[in-house]
Amino acid sequence: MSANHDGANLLEVRGLTKIFGTLTACDHIDLNIAKGEIHALLGENGAGKSTLVKMLFGSLEPNSGEIFWNGQAVRITSPGAAKKLGIGMVFQHFSLFEALTAAENIALSLDDGSPISSIAAKARALSYSYGLPLDPDSLVGDLSVGERQRIEIIRCLLQTPQLIILDEPTSVLTPQEADKLFETLERLRSEGKSILYISHRLEEVKRICDRATVLRHGKVVGHCNPREETAASLARMMVGNEVQAVVRAPVDGIETAQPLLEIRGLTRKPATPFSIPLKNISLNVRAGEVIGIAGVAGNGQGEFFESVSGEVLQQDAASVRIRGKDAGGLTITGRRLLGAAFVPEERLGHGAAPRMKLSENLLLSRHATDGKAFVGAGGMVKSGAIYAASQRIIEAMDVRKSAPDPEAAALSGGNLQKFIVGRELDRRPSVMVVNQPTWGVDAGAAAHIRQALIELSRSGSAVLVISQDLDELFEISDAIAVMHNGELSKPMPIAEATFEKVGLLMGGAEPGHAEHTLETA
Amino acid sequence: MMRLELVKRPQRSALFSALSPFIAFALTIIAGAVLFALLGVNPLTAFRIYFVEPVSQVWQLHELAIKAAPLILIAVGLSVCYKANIWNIGAEGQFIFGAIFGSAIPVLFPQFEGPLVLPLMLLLGMVGGAAYAAIPAFLKTRFNTNEILTSLMLVYVAQLFLDWLVRGPWRDPQGHGFPQTIQFGDSAVLPELMPDAGRANWGFVFALVAALLIWILMGRMLKGFEVRVLGSSPRAGRFAGFGLSRMVFFAFLLSGALAGLAGISEVSGAIGQLQPVISPGYGFTAIIVAFLGRLNPLGIIAAGLVLALTYLGGEAVQSALGISDKVARVFQGMLLFFVLGCDTLIHYRIRLIGLALTKQEGAAKLDAAPKLKEAR
Repeated sequence: MSANHDGANLLEVRGLTKIFGTLTACDHIDLNIAKGEIHALLGENGAGKSTLVKMLFGSLEPNSGEIFWNGQAVRITSPGAAKKLGIGMVFQHFSLFEALTAAENIALSLDDGSPISSIAAKARALSYSYGLPLDPDSLVGDLSVGERQRIEIIRCLLQTPQLIILDEPTSVLTPQEADKLFETLERLRSEGKSILYISHRLEEVKRICDRATVLRHGKVVGHCNPREETAASLARMMVGNEVQAVVRAPVDGIETAQPLLEIRGLTRKPATPFSIPLKNISLNVRAGEVIGIAGVAGNGQGEFFESVSGEVLQQDAASVRIRGKDAGGLTITGRRLLGAAFVPEERLGHGAAPRMKLSENLLLSRHATDGKAFVGAGGMVKSGAIYAASQRIIEAMDVRKSAPDPEAAALSGGNLQKFIVGRELDRRPSVMVVNQPTWGVDAGAAAHIRQALIELSRSGSAVLVISQDLDELFEISDAIAVMHNGELSKPMPIAEATFEKVGLLMGGAEPGHAEHTLETA
Repeated sequence: MMRLELVKRPQRSALFSALSPFIAFALTIIAGAVLFALLGVNPLTAFRIYFVEPVSQVWQLHELAIKAAPLILIAVGLSVCYKANIWNIGAEGQFIFGAIFGSAIPVLFPQFEGPLVLPLMLLLGMVGGAAYAAIPAFLKTRFNTNEILTSLMLVYVAQLFLDWLVRGPWRDPQGHGFPQTIQFGDSAVLPELMPDAGRANWGFVFALVAALLIWILMGRMLKGFEVRVLGSSPRAGRFAGFGLSRMVFFAFLLSGALAGLAGISEVSGAIGQLQPVISPGYGFTAIIVAFLGRLNPLGIIAAGLVLALTYLGGEAVQSALGISDKVARVFQGMLLFFVLGCDTLIHYRIRLIGLALTKQEGAAKLDAAPKLKEAR
């Protein structure tokens, strides 16, 4: 369990600096990672964590500074060189081909010419032995984010690295899945491997990491033992001041409030052999409340979101009702015109077009609802109006960026998410449906987004949040329902909900039975 | 030892986006000089004959406009397709069908005359091109076929159909057996702009107007935004509520209509009748024009003039130096090759790297860094 602090450092970094134009993303970074330790790298969005690990993994070349591997000075010129040294990496944004199977994706990165079948067998064995079960023959396109992450981890482990870099690994996992991952990490540590663990989740850093290095604005602001710190003190080092806790005022009279989003017997056949069918889902979200939907990745949340948003239409027009009107047969544009707003799980390529400016991405979801304000006679776009509105959102959500109107892809994940959520909030929608509102978003930005969602509901809107982050759901929801295998449990009022009850439902206990056991318990 | 490395830029470079066609043109000139030298011709002489002499007199500029008009008309339509990530390779066929549809009036009803004839022909030409382009669009949306293959194969169908028409049912009975239709009547001929100065006709004006309209569509209108979103990220397009199938039809019908307009303009303007071959490959060369013009309609006007010049230059070097006019095709091919190559510079920059960077050099850099910072 204890880390080998006395042993030689596996990796030493001295004065590593990376400059992009006028921005010094990493400024004389020093970092030591001992053999057999789990080392946390903490920092807000844009603190320079990703730049640092990209330099360690050879995707970026430093402007200056030195890297020592086992005491030897090395230049890591490419990811291939990093792999040869024994550095493996699991990225926050996965690099997988959706049209290939898990095993084929793994084979591509191994590049040693061994047949797919033997790689699949190895991957299957390894995945089960580390408690991360994976079907190597499934198509990546049909897998959830959580399952895709397993491929990345297995792919990394197959290369038997000495140092494993994990970027925000638990952001897509359930508590149980995260526990399993921690077991895996502890096992790897006991095998003498080192882990560089990047996370915003301070509690888990305290739980599993031996040492931590904190970055702020590209500089190291401190090294510490996270077990001797509190979450608040760690957050203070990261942000430079206290992170504001989310405030959720209780609501009165919610029982009699008007349901703004009604889902009645929503059923959907699987679109592909691997996707999850939706089975008779019913749910009401009333004005003034936040309903959370918990669930392990890949239990139909994506399919559910598509059906509610109107990216996929329903046969039964009454299965989705928005503000009392049948919306099942309406497209996403029609549903938006009824007052609904949607934030999908994937930011780049779904919620935003990566190569388009923020102002153009504002138009993406609001060209119909704000038709008069943004589109003039004959279909001419009023670029001045969309620019002004996007600047208003950028200011309201504190989106940090490098240019007045940058491309979406140029923003960090958290800042882009703030913009995408802000884009919808700016409309004051009466129904807001959000899938994974704060996936991979740092603590400060996540708190901001959660608070904004609560405030929207308190101003009289219905808010539905689908999330794999239970802490988040408990923080913002008035009631929590659980999705398992395409079925949705009855929403549990937050006062009655506990991690254990929700966890049981996530694990697949029958909704009815679960309630029964809870009564007897 | 040095090596070249491509380094991804954080943002696309506006500078190289504008420069890339010029770099490509310069590289084409260099490669062309090598080509001429290998053929035993002084490159300077060849270039003078190829690029300068064909545009040294006013009537020659008119010829340039005649060649450029169909290239620009087709290419601006194709630019919309390509921006939408829809690959219409069959503009040549749509050009031919536009010509056939439009020619139906003067060929089948030669006695019908008056000011209505020409507008009707142009309209029918656009309908013909659009209808022919609707075939690959339908196949793609209905059966998910690859539009590159279907649109390309339909070119050969169109060419053979035209060949059959002018040899068979539409052949001029008084034409001494030549495979061609009757000469169009006066009211079916596209008027020349300045008959005293040269042959250029209204087709060039159509091309400029079309380029301007498409420029406004793509840059200023919601429809153009829809094209760009669906082309660059289809899933985000679906989230925006834009339909992909509708876009496939829109892009094909628009580019087909413009290719059809180019076809009927060419036949009623420059040629004056239907014959087995009515295009020296305008529909394919327009693909190069579209990319050389950066898929920007205004850039396409310039690119269309450049490619038109390669046609004229090819004819010029053939008559003056006895070099095959296929050299025009070679120039067009090289130009496309270099344009696509130079486009790499928009997203990447090239860096020279010394393979053996010693530790001392690294240390020197390290020392230099803080000074740099102080200086700032």
